Amino acid sequence: MSVFIDNSTRLVVQGITGRDGSFHAKQMIEYGTQVVAGVTPGKGGQRFDGVPIFNTVAEAVAATGANTSVIYVPPPFAADAMMEAAAAGVKLIVCITEGVPVLDMTRVYPYVREHGARLVGPNCPGLITPGQSKVGIIPGQICTPGTVGVVSRSGTLTYEVVFKLTRAGIGQSTCVGIGGDPINGTSFIDALQAFEQDPGTTAVAMMGEIGGTDEQEAARFIEANMTKPVVGFIAGQTAPPGRRMGHAGAIISGSSGTAEEKIQAFRDAGVGVARRPADFVPLLQERM
Amino acid sequence: MNIHEYQAKDILRRYGVPIPPGEVATTPEQAAAIARKYGKPVMVKAQVHAGGRGKAGGVKFCPTPEVAKEKAAQILGMDIKGLTVEKVLVAEAADIGSEAYVGIIVDRATKKPVFMVSAAGGIDIEEVAATTPEKILYLPVDTRYGLLPFEAMRMGFFLYQDAKQARAAAKIMHQLYRAFMETGCSLAEINPLVVSPQGEVIAVDAKMVIDDNELERKPDIEALRDETSEAPSEVEARKANLTFIKLDGNVGCVVNGAGLAMATMDLVKFYGGEPANFLDIGGSSNPEKVVNALRIITADPSVRAILFNIFGGITRTDDVANGIVTATKQNPLRVPIVIRLTGTNEEIAVRILKENGFSAMTDMDEAVQKAVELATQSGSTQGARGATAGAAR
Repeated sequence: MSVFIDNSTRLVVQGITGRDGSFHAKQMIEYGTQVVAGVTPGKGGQRFDGVPIFNTVAEAVAATGANTSVIYVPPPFAADAMMEAAAAGVKLIVCITEGVPVLDMTRVYPYVREHGARLVGPNCPGLITPGQSKVGIIPGQICTPGTVGVVSRSGTLTYEVVFKLTRAGIGQSTCVGIGGDPINGTSFIDALQAFEQDPGTTAVAMMGEIGGTDEQEAARFIEANMTKPVVGFIAGQTAPPGRRMGHAGAIISGSSGTAEEKIQAFRDAGVGVARRPADFVPLLQERM
Repeated sequence: MNIHEYQAKDILRRYGVPIPPGEVATTPEQAAAIARKYGKPVMVKAQVHAGGRGKAGGVKFCPTPEVAKEKAAQILGMDIKGLTVEKVLVAEAADIGSEAYVGIIVDRATKKPVFMVSAAGGIDIEEVAATTPEKILYLPVDTRYGLLPFEAMRMGFFLYQDAKQARAAAKIMHQLYRAFMETGCSLAEINPLVVSPQGEVIAVDAKMVIDDNELERKPDIEALRDETSEAPSEVEARKANLTFIKLDGNVGCVVNGAGLAMATMDLVKFYGGEPANFLDIGGSSNPEKVVNALRIITADPSVRAILFNIFGGITRTDDVANGIVTATKQNPLRVPIVIRLTGTNEEIAVRILKENGFSAMTDMDEAVQKAVELATQSGSTQGARGATAGAAR
């Protein structure tokens, strides 16, 4: 079992002929993801590695029954791509693109919701359900099937933790990268809720970072609603206030969004606190 | 990206916001000339990207051009929170009856721009929010419809009982909102918004922060960047497409990915060291990026050891290894280096490094501990070149 994606996922790749899109489309196909369509306006009718290319997402959905989309288009076009996928009836939209203006997201977020779709990202590594499907850029070889749900605002930090879990023999149900932007489609709470309901998940590892209050709200949600154990980590304990630490959302504004307040919120909610990425392994082993 | 008060005011004036006239001076003589031209008392205000300019002595009331010259001489060159004042704004002093606060931020919780308005202006709004939250009106705006007239009026009447002043304020809300959206801000504020003794509503101070993700499609806004107000190393890093933030420690960090970069800094601290910087070489790192990263880090004299932490996913670790070899051939290292890499093409990377006299580690914790240890040693034996060179090879 898993959340959001599994072997019934039928994927359309928006921007399949671009530099990043073509590279990762190949990787996803190799991993075993059902990549059923690609979209590049003007290249409809061509093929990429045997995958049919369409001019629009609507055509791709009509012809192939795609139910999930992954977006690799450049930042100025990402907002439109997300809304196009939602309008075409795609139910899960994963936007990998980094650098989407936040004011664009203030329009995209309500639009996608009103179309009944789930957005993951932008500025995220995507998702992987080990052994079944990978949507995005998470390296497949570091994951192994199992029962720990992983949710994170980061990319390589997630890989670091997942790889440690895999080496320790702790497999993953699904890894969800929710992204490092201030406005993203899927929050920690959305992912936690899905993991709580998934019979294939027995525990959750979450990696947050400085900026905003998503982790604090997640902590309150965990305390009130979760029966499964959660272990959490916050990156950015040494980050200076007022500076954007790479991710657009990783910024301490005034006195809010610090690592200390997030770690305290975890403690108050009974979440296991990993002080180092390596701590996830023993903390999860104790709780599973 | 931060812009100066005078730049924010120029933008807001274009949208019709009433703001007292002001001009920028870089010398005391210019400041005096501007004050003389206005023929009225002026404010001389330091233009630096730092809050609390007033408290630091960077904002002065000057009744005469002579005083303006004297105060400008004091403020120019002054250090405010580590930033040297290069420019002052000389603005007509406004007669202030009452002070209010008006701001817009992109709110992560509602996922909308949110207006914050308060009749308790002129002070730090965070303080008002903490002590008397009932004095702030929060109003989220659906950007698909824009600010609606009744919303603007509601804010106007929240600030002022007088209908004329409420209407004037509502008009300013519309102007500020348009400026916020069209400039691509993540924050815009007018603090204070004042009512003059004659009953006019005017903006006396303004601040704007631009979303960095907007700059590519807004070259005219990018052109407002003041590189003199940034650390030279950060300017250089941006030009090399690296995300770099200078810190106070002595362990130079080169990492791929922002989350892992923060976690690496935290781990340096965990093991008793202090990170010298945040540096993210990004996802698809070519050797060139590594060369630039090493050049920027080694230029910092406080760096006593360099730590590479690379998790190869999209990043190919052999690219990073090649970058390290190339960079250190061009500029031999004067401080020890610890290289941790794992993931994509790890075997090739380790071979390249070994052939060139470097050793590589695969465990993050061990690598960080080693780097902290070397930084501490080399810090206590400054100039011990033999020892550091030995460690580097």
